[in-house]
Amino acid sequence: MSVHAASPGGAARTSRLIEWVLRVREIGIIGALALLVTVTAILEPRFIEADSLRNLALNASIFAILAVGQTLVIITRNVDLSVGSVLGLSAFLAGDLLSKHPGMSLPLVFVLGIGLGAACGLFNGILVTWGQVPALVVTLGTLYAFRGLAFLWTDGRQVNAETLPDPFLNLGSDSIAGVPIMVIIAVVVVLAVGQWLRDYRPGRELYAIGSNPEGARLAGVRAQRRVLSAFVLAGALAGLGGVLFTARFGTVDATAGVGYELTVIAATVVGGVAIFGGTGSVYGAALGALLLGTITSSLIVLRVEAFWQQAAIGALLLLAISLDRLLAVRVEAALRRRSARRAG
Amino acid sequence: MGVYVRREVRDAGTPILELRDAAKSYGAVHALRDGNLALRSGEVRGLVGENGAGKSTLVKVLGGVVQPDAGDLVMGGAPVRFHSPHDARDAGIAVIYQEPTLFPDLSIAENVVMGYHPQRGLRRIDRGAMHRQVKELLDRLGVQLDPERTVRGLSIADQQIVEIAKALSFDARVLIMDEPTAALSGPEVERLFAVVRALQEAGAAVLFISHRLDEIFAICDTVTVMRDGAVVHDARIAEMTTDDMVRRMVGRELSALFPKQDAQIGERVLEVKRLTREGVFFDVSFEVRAGEIVALAGLVGAGRSEVARAIFGIDRSDAGHVEVSGRRLPSGRPLAAMQAGIAFVPEDRRMQGLVMDLSVARNATLTRIRALTRLGLIRVGAENRLAREWADRLRLKFHRLEDPVGFLSGGNQQKVVLAKWLATEPKLLILDEPTRGIDVGTKAEVHRLMGELAGRGLAVLMISSELPEVLGMADRVLVMHEGRLTSELSRDEADEERVIRAASGVEAA
Repeated sequence: MSVHAASPGGAARTSRLIEWVLRVREIGIIGALALLVTVTAILEPRFIEADSLRNLALNASIFAILAVGQTLVIITRNVDLSVGSVLGLSAFLAGDLLSKHPGMSLPLVFVLGIGLGAACGLFNGILVTWGQVPALVVTLGTLYAFRGLAFLWTDGRQVNAETLPDPFLNLGSDSIAGVPIMVIIAVVVVLAVGQWLRDYRPGRELYAIGSNPEGARLAGVRAQRRVLSAFVLAGALAGLGGVLFTARFGTVDATAGVGYELTVIAATVVGGVAIFGGTGSVYGAALGALLLGTITSSLIVLRVEAFWQQAAIGALLLLAISLDRLLAVRVEAALRRRSARRAG
Repeated sequence: MGVYVRREVRDAGTPILELRDAAKSYGAVHALRDGNLALRSGEVRGLVGENGAGKSTLVKVLGGVVQPDAGDLVMGGAPVRFHSPHDARDAGIAVIYQEPTLFPDLSIAENVVMGYHPQRGLRRIDRGAMHRQVKELLDRLGVQLDPERTVRGLSIADQQIVEIAKALSFDARVLIMDEPTAALSGPEVERLFAVVRALQEAGAAVLFISHRLDEIFAICDTVTVMRDGAVVHDARIAEMTTDDMVRRMVGRELSALFPKQDAQIGERVLEVKRLTREGVFFDVSFEVRAGEIVALAGLVGAGRSEVARAIFGIDRSDAGHVEVSGRRLPSGRPLAAMQAGIAFVPEDRRMQGLVMDLSVARNATLTRIRALTRLGLIRVGAENRLAREWADRLRLKFHRLEDPVGFLSGGNQQKVVLAKWLATEPKLLILDEPTRGIDVGTKAEVHRLMGELAGRGLAVLMISSELPEVLGMADRVLVMHEGRLTSELSRDEADEERVIRAASGVEAA
């Protein structure tokens, strides 16, 4: 029987191994980021000037917020392709409201923008849960539908920065203690959702649903409700992204956020969120967004053609997916050997 | 005497949970009718019946997974309705389902408490308490598992333990266990029974489903027998005998459960020489001859399935080698093993043996798909002919050959796996737990088939955790303990006691 008992050291080593593998993605991305910034800085020192880094962080903020929402949905083994269109709708809503009523309270604008996003998310979620339609199909549909709505609504109009109140535009450019407000908002969102996923029952249940949907239902998890809430949250965060988009760029028309969904999903997957659900963290996804943004900026700074920027992102995506697979295989082998040795 | 009287008094009380005249149909199939069942405090009730008798449907009704078309569910005298498993759980009903319900990406601890995590301030999850709680549960079940490790990669037995821990994680008034012991070995079953008895003492009601009738007799006070979707008998266990029970389950007499025909033992087909896979099994050597059935016995986790997997080339071996008819097989190449004439029926037929969504015919002929293909297209006619031929030979019960194989009962699914491999005309058949989760009637047919195949000169290597099966079928019994072959017993030498001793490492023969 003594052979059966796993030594405490062995158990600790196993869990450390697992922990390491789970953390390694974040560490890997940080490493890649550091390398990228260093190499670019050597070739083009202006890249690490304060202004340039600021811009980098500002650009990544909106993508990071969207990636957080996408993570919530992907963890449950679904996907939301409509985030770019939702962002477009709420960006135009914010711009339209403020240019018509410049005195409007800013918190109210945020609430309305987030609310519009949440409503779009609710629509997606209802079709996916009650309608039993695959998320890929539903959100592909709403990707076009919401965008079409934006075109109908804007009717060719454009909101310009001059018509927007300064306090609002300042949100997109001002800093507190040297840190841009947008970055602070993004960090708060990442940390809050990260905590929720880690330390609260509904958050854990999202992982359970993605890991084994039927098992989650049998375990008494209200899976439909949870998936619905994931879509609503993703929509709300896209809505928040939309308001911030307007604050940052000032100029908004019906095409705001076109194509964002693919960048966001790429960032999420690069950040280690498994596309088949069940694993991944918002920290990884946010870092993924930062990495993609940095690559784009660095290639622009280095005057590399646009084609290569896209190819680089594609290559990174493939690398991330291969890495996932490789790690999964190796960890499984390691665990098997451990458990086999233990059971003898 | 005192105990007996107390139980009598309890039996007289209102049942905790009662199902009255429940019915459930799927299309034209009546999965459940006349579903009548009462569970009282302190009662362990056995539920027996062949596969497809409606046991699992009844369990799903009690667990809120399936809403019955008719009938009432009564708890403590008041009618209740479960719209989801969540409702059933809130009512104090814990269910261990037959299907795996675990979350492979999450830790053992989270699997156990999912949705009901212990909480601290601000409703945050209390990880320390969660791990302590789960560790305690696992200790109660007598297993050394680290609550923090992920479930992915756990053996089937350990997964089953986690499922059990999940059901025990809250104070259930009713515990329903659908085949909890199917993947467990002797000592683990004993520990589970100890836990069940403790729950019984505490006043819970337990519904216990098993194909192993000895377990029913060992742990149950009462028994409900189902046949063809209906409850056909309800009695105290003391009033029943095994024969009686089997007769009511099958509706006919069963003569011999384990018919092994005498067969001419021929030349050596399989020779395993000092096969080793680091950390899994060591220095395993044995041979299997034509016409011979060799059983590989031992506790779950002793490395039996792993040896079989290495022979078939699913896993690589680190040392030693395998010969088939004198020719050495390359390590880690299942295709080479197939070409050499090995067929392998795996332990987990849902995951490894069948493509559940494909048709019966396609599944049964999958190993022969090349031979059935012309110009890259499958000839459906030839496929159906081959499938029908095997279906007849194995007495497969099915509705249409085009139906997904997932529609069949467990026993018939196993026959399809057998057909698939027998169609390759193998020299050696490796069977891993060939009758697990299969009803008595089909089990006997699988045994008859094994005997017949050996009689025709096939070499059979069988892994089984069921001692009567091992002792009844095998010409020779090899016993493994902790990755090593500890004993080899001939048919005459092998008896229950010797096998168990060797398997638990008490006596290294």
